[in-house]
Amino acid sequence: MITPNANIDNRDSSPNVINIEGLYKSFGAGNDVLKGVNLHVKKGENLVLLGKSGSGKSITIKCLVGLVVADEGVLTVFDEDIAKLDAVQLNKARLRMGFLFQNAALYDSMTVRENLEFPLKRHSKELSPKEINKTVEEALNDVGLLASIDKMPSELSGGMRKRIGLARTLILKPEIILYDEPTTGLDPITSREISELILSIQKKNKTTSVIITHDMACAKLTADRLAILRDGTIYKEGSYEELESSKDEWIHSFFV
Amino acid sequence: MTAYLKNICSIIGDVARFSISFWKEVIKSPFEIREFIKQCYLLGYKAFPLVAITGFIMGLVLTLQSRPTLVKFGAEAWLPGMVALSLIKEVAPIITALICAGKISSGIGAELGSMKVTEQIDAMEVSAINPFKYLVVTRVLATTLMVPLLVIFADAIGVFGGFMGMNIHSSISIFRYVSQILETLEYIDFIPATIKTLFFGFFIGMIGCYKGFTAANGTESVGKAANSAVVVASLAIFIIDMIAVQFTDLITNS
Repeated sequence: MITPNANIDNRDSSPNVINIEGLYKSFGAGNDVLKGVNLHVKKGENLVLLGKSGSGKSITIKCLVGLVVADEGVLTVFDEDIAKLDAVQLNKARLRMGFLFQNAALYDSMTVRENLEFPLKRHSKELSPKEINKTVEEALNDVGLLASIDKMPSELSGGMRKRIGLARTLILKPEIILYDEPTTGLDPITSREISELILSIQKKNKTTSVIITHDMACAKLTADRLAILRDGTIYKEGSYEELESSKDEWIHSFFV
Repeated sequence: MTAYLKNICSIIGDVARFSISFWKEVIKSPFEIREFIKQCYLLGYKAFPLVAITGFIMGLVLTLQSRPTLVKFGAEAWLPGMVALSLIKEVAPIITALICAGKISSGIGAELGSMKVTEQIDAMEVSAINPFKYLVVTRVLATTLMVPLLVIFADAIGVFGGFMGMNIHSSISIFRYVSQILETLEYIDFIPATIKTLFFGFFIGMIGCYKGFTAANGTESVGKAANSAVVVASLAIFIIDMIAVQFTDLITNS
């Protein structure tokens, strides 16, 4: 049983690995999604990003990996300005980040094994086929799904897909992991298992995480700090307890 | 009207940009050879039975329908040559290309469209793998190679279908049939007709990939991508055919 994440190391003195300053993004006139988001994430920290659906949480983390290009603002990851990187440099930065998509985004035409081998074969060319096989099996073992190695994604349940997606994200050993609603659509037991997995990964690999979720049980278990997005800006930041005891009715409604 | 023209111009611009990206990526390493071979198998080999059946029927039907007119003019001996000429120059390339537009272009449009909608293309991008190179370049190269091969097969099977058609009403040996065809055919009949199929293949792949890759979010757009890939690819085939015939005309008349 994994306990909620107390500040096990001295994170306050850790450097920021993600800095977002004045992030703006609009999708056409009158559809301004982000209106000056400021957010900082320290090394080894688990930040949970809350907010109503459509508030721009996913867009924020997609800007971090260059999937969405910001209109304005500075986004630095490991002291590198994402907007100023060329394609090769951006790919190098992406290799240090992992992204778990909402529906896991497993490649439908490939087996679980091929899904995991796919990034490995292209980025770890020094590995022999035997070593690749071993790494894939280890990654699947970590998420408890070694038995599904030769299955197709269509044969997996929602929770299994998420775990395999997580294994694929972790296989390149990223230093930052961005989770886009990792427990959405799962039953409470599987949700808790995924949340515990997120926590154990962070402890084992010392990764920095940004977790977007609507699942407050997941937030309570995984978060070192929470940030709430409202009307395109960060409305409030704080620990789970601080926000839960907030007098602000809108914030409090997340915890009811 | 202005909005409509603006929309068309913007689509043309997008397609041009998409094609430029293709030519940029096709010459850059690493080359996804395994995926290219897999696509050749999936797109080419799997379309073969359909192309073979249609080619055979076309040859047979063309022979049976042309025969009464040629018999009336006492020119039955010209039948094998005439059927082969029609098949090789026009019928087999167009029919095969249209089948490929229906089967391959729509398949690519639906596949890439669903990958886009389910964020699989984004997943590739964030794992620092170029999805354009892996998905688009391999498929377009595969269709550019496989459509001409399918057309050559359709030519051969169509000619055989013609032979079967000839033997329904009269008796002719295969050697005599083939030699009559070879007497009529020239390289100039075969080569330009086959070269144009390279363009058919290129555009079948390119249009399917463009429609899939630029599908909007939502499952509805997957169907739209597949549907519009067939429509646009079929139209493109006729336009290319019209341009190709002008070039062939210039060569043969010069």
